[in-house]
Amino acid sequence: MFSFKFKNKKKNNLSLSFWVGLLFVFIVFLLALISFIWTPYDVTSLVISERFKGPSFSHVLGTDHFGRDILSMIMVGAQTSIAVALVAVGIGIFFGLPLGMIAAAKRGTFFDDLVMRFNDLIFAFPALIIAILITAILGPGAFNAIIAIGIFNIPVFARVARGAALTQWSKEYILAAKVSGKGTFLISIEHIIPNILNLLIVQATIQFSLGILAEAGLSYVGLGAQPPIPSLGRMLADSQTMISIAPHMAIFPGMVIVITVLGLNLIGDGLRDYFDPKLRGSS
Amino acid sequence: MSLIQAKDLSLNIHNQKILNNLNFEANTGEILGIIGESGSGKSMTANSIIQLLPHGASLRGEIIFDNKNLLNISEDKMCNIRGKDIGFIFQEPMTALNPLKNIGDQVSEVIKLHSNITLKDSVKMAAKVLQRVGLPQEKFPLTRYPFELSGGQRQRVVIAMAIAIKPKLLIADEPSTALDVTTQAKLIQLLKKLVSEDDLCLIMITHDLAVIAEMADKIIIMKEGEIIESGSINILKKGLKSVYSKTLFAASDYKSKNINKISSDKTLLEVKNVSRDYSDNSISFFKSKKIFKAVNNVSFNINYNENVGLVGESGCGKSTITRAILGLDPISQGKITLEADEIKAENVDNEIRKKIQVVFQDPFGSFNPRHNVFKLVSEPLFLQKEKVKEKEKYELVEGLLLRVGLKASDSKKYIHEFSGGQRQRIAIARSLIVKPKLIILDEAVSALDVSIRAQILDLLVELSENFGLSYLFISHDLSLVQSITTKVLVMKSGEIVEAGETADVFKFPKHEYTKTLLDSSPNLQKALKKL
Repeated sequence: MFSFKFKNKKKNNLSLSFWVGLLFVFIVFLLALISFIWTPYDVTSLVISERFKGPSFSHVLGTDHFGRDILSMIMVGAQTSIAVALVAVGIGIFFGLPLGMIAAAKRGTFFDDLVMRFNDLIFAFPALIIAILITAILGPGAFNAIIAIGIFNIPVFARVARGAALTQWSKEYILAAKVSGKGTFLISIEHIIPNILNLLIVQATIQFSLGILAEAGLSYVGLGAQPPIPSLGRMLADSQTMISIAPHMAIFPGMVIVITVLGLNLIGDGLRDYFDPKLRGSS
Repeated sequence: MSLIQAKDLSLNIHNQKILNNLNFEANTGEILGIIGESGSGKSMTANSIIQLLPHGASLRGEIIFDNKNLLNISEDKMCNIRGKDIGFIFQEPMTALNPLKNIGDQVSEVIKLHSNITLKDSVKMAAKVLQRVGLPQEKFPLTRYPFELSGGQRQRVVIAMAIAIKPKLLIADEPSTALDVTTQAKLIQLLKKLVSEDDLCLIMITHDLAVIAEMADKIIIMKEGEIIESGSINILKKGLKSVYSKTLFAASDYKSKNINKISSDKTLLEVKNVSRDYSDNSISFFKSKKIFKAVNNVSFNINYNENVGLVGESGCGKSTITRAILGLDPISQGKITLEADEIKAENVDNEIRKKIQVVFQDPFGSFNPRHNVFKLVSEPLFLQKEKVKEKEKYELVEGLLLRVGLKASDSKKYIHEFSGGQRQRIAIARSLIVKPKLIILDEAVSALDVSIRAQILDLLVELSENFGLSYLFISHDLSLVQSITTKVLVMKSGEIVEAGETADVFKFPKHEYTKTLLDSSPNLQKALKKL
């Protein structure tokens, strides 16, 4: 149903920035995946005698104020960040895409207005503040962080899907499908979604990187994953008071966040450039 | 010495040959016609002259304009030549004007840019120029914006900008292709008048020999970046030499095999007193709502096995009728019946849908780019109650593709791999798959090159004879419906002004508007007689 042919477009190749971004993201993903089966040290074992060690052969990225291995913590923390951001994007697509599609199919009606004005309402709130509010009410934890971030992804995807779908609805091939007896639902699934998928993919990479930042922000203020589960945001928060004696505690988790977000943004940019000329050609 | 002369002009874009060794010249007061199908390099020739080429282009040879070789001139100096000495008219009037500037500003801007006069004087001059191109100030004040003008009027503004400071050379790239026939005829008259009044040199690019035969002094026929044949316009009369030019000539002078079938007396489709009103959506408390009648009390019948033509300009309501018959849009009054069933919008039974199919105008927009041809052609099978097996579907689709002149293996390809003409063949195959009784051809050949158009018309004639189909053939060009239909309806401003047997309407048109339409459609034979 979603026939998505990359090979159809031989002419414009993916840009260098896309591949660099992919490499960054691949490294972080690989670290997170390895952490499922192996980490250099156990992240829950505290060895106070080993604390504040700089990078060395035994601890590649050094240790923190409880003597935990920073590389191991980063690996597990990246796992949390990616999981939270990924599920949050999933929530956004799962609810936002159908809402946008229905709004586009019923364009100009009361339902359309209702959905889009409600979107505007959510947009009007500063996202991170509301996420803090939600986690404060529901209680801190990775699961509630997912919900808080996910809710803010819904209007983003609803709006992108609706806007892109509207241009597709005005095309003649939709008329042809109507003449073939297909109803709104089938046309949306078979014709509209495959044709707006490229925009959704680009948006998803961007939301993914925003999700990682949001997760880091929430755990920085203590509302993300709770100890003893390591998280990149809290590692930053913990290092804050000790930045003068152990700068490596802040530098390495910070760098991982930067690399992941930068990588995802580069992928998003690359994909957008890759899809764009085709979009212009077909409109 | 001629005004413009191209010597061994070659153009490569990213090492791909676009133009190959072109030689041509044109003098003041002359009209040079460049003819070719899409992709023949005619637009690139025009762009080479004004040096507006895409990235990666490398131009070789010489273009001598006014004793200067344009290839050796710096971009700065070229900017002075463009607009001042060389005017350019684009194909698409809808996008050639800045939508945020009024027409007076757009024309006076050109004047101001190339001469040392005050703003006030340039506005005065702009008014004069617009008057010359048929937009007098009383009717079209300078404060009008492009969106308030029709396509033909916008093209006049573009022409005004091009001739504002009396260039020596005017290049027109398919200036009338996007316009209705009546508008096109007026535009051609205007261009001819301007050439003789201002002693211009006009390079006119078109794919339609009939258009060029009416105005040009010299012609060039191009194919795949090369000049196939060139000479004075008389070569059209004396007979063309190369095979390609002959086929092009035959296509422009197209008379399809006359339709040879007997339609029955039984009514298939009845459109009775149909009206469609649109009210404007603006909320106002003091005025009553304006009602615009897109279609006003239209009635006609289509019998079994009968081809009916529906002709009118854009905006006359013919598309509204099409959509109403297809059950896509509601009607305000009246009744549309197919066989025994009434067609009501948004609630059309699949059994009724099966009997009407449609071929749209735009060969690019009427297919989902992400589906392969098999999926596209078999889509209407959805209408059938009994599910068709995948294998039978393949046989059906491949059989139809062969029938419309494509290959069976094409069913696995995607739509962007086909040319405009091939796409229209696929659209026809799609409309045939459920064996409908009526096919609506909504400007189905208007977007195609003349030679392709002839082939598609032939195919349509053949299919309607063999399948016992009825057509509702919608077009803005009366001459297109001549050979393919037995009955014709002429529509203007939402009403049918003339209806009758096609042969009668062509021989003895009664309504003034029908006469204008007949006179306006480009006719090669008529033009050749004048030579």
